[in-house]
Amino acid sequence: MATITEKILAAHSGRAFVSPGDFANVSVDMVLANDITGPLAIREFRKLGVTRVFNPARVVMVPDHFIPNKDIPSAIQAQDIREFAREQGIVYFEAGRSGIEHVLLPEEGLVGPGHVVIGADSHTCTYGALGAFATGMGSTDIAAAMATGDIWMKVPPTIKLVFHGSLQPWTSGKDLILHAIGDIGIDGALYSAMEFHGEAIQFMDMDGRFTMANMAIEAGAKAGVFEVDATTEEYLATHPQRAGTAPCRRYFTDSNADYSRIIEYDASTIEPVVAFPHLPSNVRPASTAGDVVIDQVVIGSCTNGRLSDLRIAAQILRGRSVHESLRCIIIPGSQRVYRQAVDEGLVHVFLDAGAVVSTPTCGPCLGGYMGILAPGERCLSTTNRNFVGRMGSPQSEVYLSSPAVAAATAIAGRISPPGNTYGESREEISW
Amino acid sequence: MADSVFKGNAITIGDDVSTDDIIPGRFAHLRSNLPELATHTLEDRLPGFYERAQPGDILVGGRNFGLGSSREHAPVVIRMAGISAILVRSVARIFYRNAINQGLAVLICDTSGITDGDELEIRLNDGIVVNHRAGEELSCGRMPPLMSNILAAGGLIPYIKEHGTLDSGT
Repeated sequence: MATITEKILAAHSGRAFVSPGDFANVSVDMVLANDITGPLAIREFRKLGVTRVFNPARVVMVPDHFIPNKDIPSAIQAQDIREFAREQGIVYFEAGRSGIEHVLLPEEGLVGPGHVVIGADSHTCTYGALGAFATGMGSTDIAAAMATGDIWMKVPPTIKLVFHGSLQPWTSGKDLILHAIGDIGIDGALYSAMEFHGEAIQFMDMDGRFTMANMAIEAGAKAGVFEVDATTEEYLATHPQRAGTAPCRRYFTDSNADYSRIIEYDASTIEPVVAFPHLPSNVRPASTAGDVVIDQVVIGSCTNGRLSDLRIAAQILRGRSVHESLRCIIIPGSQRVYRQAVDEGLVHVFLDAGAVVSTPTCGPCLGGYMGILAPGERCLSTTNRNFVGRMGSPQSEVYLSSPAVAAATAIAGRISPPGNTYGESREEISW
Repeated sequence: MADSVFKGNAITIGDDVSTDDIIPGRFAHLRSNLPELATHTLEDRLPGFYERAQPGDILVGGRNFGLGSSREHAPVVIRMAGISAILVRSVARIFYRNAINQGLAVLICDTSGITDGDELEIRLNDGIVVNHRAGEELSCGRMPPLMSNILAAGGLIPYIKEHGTLDSGT
């Protein structure tokens, strides 16, 4: 009679069971911060008067937002977390051996099923794709958890989202999650855990699931959770857990669990979509976007910077050119993704098409650097937020989509659904 | 110890105020310089906010206040601008935690009848907001004990230093 979320939180608070609304003191398995939130967390940690983190194998800092260093303040922040990492012996990834945190941690076997993961980054919810309970918090919570290994939580109710049927050729996890956010709104899952089920999910690869869990926060959710299945197990077998991490445990929702809400979709009817400015919930099918001229396309981020994302983009860009009035910036999510994209020839495809290919960074997604928008410019991006001024000028616009729509748009110079433009089917090409 | 009564004038702002509204990304390079960062608080969404906010003023929002990033700088700069408490219809959970952890009270109530400049009084212990202009009392509920204890201590770090652990509040 419990959901995955309730079972994980009960197990981590020494209780037989917990119910939505309960406050629990939860032990954490992995604590994460980055170059923006880490320095503040370190400062708060020092205030506590504690000298050592609770467990150096379970605290990780990833420089990714302004890395390689954008400017002197960024360099100082990177230095802060680097020095703290050396002092404490915690897990740390230097530029060149790193990546965007939420792409990196699963690859490196730092998070796994049944873990409680907290990170000073709102997209920490990504790890729910592996059957973890993972949620974003602020720097002070992270400081407290680094010191004590514990955190207080209010147990969230769980919303079940069921995606029936099989996906259309160009429809991806990104389209499903944007469709759902468009349906329930940006606070439609406020304080709740979203649990994803259905045939379309069963046949989805891990990269698609990471994308969906990643954007649970865009509906206000505390976590986005998937059940562990054969696809998860295959991923875990090829990305073994690092020494010193907590043991993994698979939890499954009981058949009679109490969901606060059950939402069902016929996934076979969901087309590739675009979220228009200035909210991720402002979603409509890409085929009905109208004539929206785009100045910049970004393919990457913790949402869509994984190998499958780059493969889809390359499939569409192969032998074609980025539209002359547009720049296309492609950012592999990690060094490992980058290396594989080189090995598979994807980077050649991007360079031949006239795209920028960057080292891994969060850069443009948060308006940091590497693709800032001028007043009046429009960007279509595979990232996760399109708030006013998110990627630069408050007079710029951000549209959100999947890598397939982004690649098709990069070629067309205006928002374009991939299927309509090229008439090709994804099944024809195997990787 | 934080106060349990807040008096100040309302500064109203609409629904869905995001952390990018609170601190636009283009000022991220100032994130280690909080006093200067604070001068840009809500600059695009509510031009002149920093200059206008007086110590004790109460920021009054609508639905889903503080959505977006986990950056704790968001409640920090709002407090630095002089805001004593935030009243909203609903709040994004990470912002809520961050605000309480930083000792900034966030209360939930029906804010639809509050207009800009209203003289407000929040009585935390009674769970009541008094709107002196309208002569109305609104219920904002009492905060759960753990959160009101963290707030009373002035934030999570002082709370843990005081109690040694998180346990006593749960």
